Amino acid sequence: MARVLLFGPLRDVAGWRERQIDSPSLSALRALLTDEDAALGEALAGKGVQVAIDQALVRGEAALTAASEVAFLPPMSGG
Amino acid sequence: MMIELTDSPFDPGALLTAFSKGRRETGAIATFTGLARAEEGATNILELEAYPGFTEAEIGRIAEQARTRFGLHDLAILHRVGKIAPGEPIVFVATAAGHRRAAFEACDFLMDYLKSAAPFWKKEHGPAGERWVEPTERDHADRERWS
Repeated sequence: MARVLLFGPLRDVAGWRERQIDSPSLSALRALLTDEDAALGEALAGKGVQVAIDQALVRGEAALTAASEVAFLPPMSGG
Repeated sequence: MMIELTDSPFDPGALLTAFSKGRRETGAIATFTGLARAEEGATNILELEAYPGFTEAEIGRIAEQARTRFGLHDLAILHRVGKIAPGEPIVFVATAAGHRRAAFEACDFLMDYLKSAAPFWKKEHGPAGERWVEPTERDHADRERWS
C-alpha cells in the first residue's frame, strides 16, 4: 500500500490528507483517485501540481511499490 | 549550516546570539526576521504547511547555492510551520561572511527564495473565513532579480 499525501488546497478539495492506497503506478493511482472523486482528479491534474515519490520530484509515469510515499504538491507559495 | 522547521514560537535574539558565538574570521553577520502581520484585522491566524523532510531538503539546495555564490562562512534558517499569530516571528535567516556586502546580499537572496518558491502552502484565517495565499507578482519579481 503506497502512502499518498496531499498538500495545501488539494487537501481541502479531497477532504483528506493521507491515505494508504494499493496501486502499481502513478497513472493507475491518478485513475483510481479520479474514479473516486472527479473534483480531486481534476485538481491533481491542475496547472503547476507536482508529484514527489519518496521525496524526490518526478515527471510523467512512475512505478509504485508498497513502500512508496507519493506526495501531490500544488504550486508552492513560499512562507 | 542549520535549516529547521518548528511549530513553536522562537526568539530571534537568542538565535542570533548562538549563531554569532565562536567566530574569529567572520566580519559580518546579517539577519532577517519576518513577522506575521495582522493585515489590519483581516488575518487572525496564518497557517503554514510544509512537507517535512522535502521542505528542508529543497531549502538546503538553495542555501548551498547561496553559500557558494556569496562565499558565506555559515548560514542559519529557522521557519515556523503550523498556526502563527500576528506579531510572532515566522522566519529567521542569518548569514555569516567575511564582509558585510556578501552577508546582506545572501540574506536578501535567501528571503526572496523563501517568500516566493520554497515548499510551503499558506492559508490565512480571518473574520471573512479562510483562504489559500499565492505568491504575489512582487514576490516573483523579487526572485527574478537574482537570475
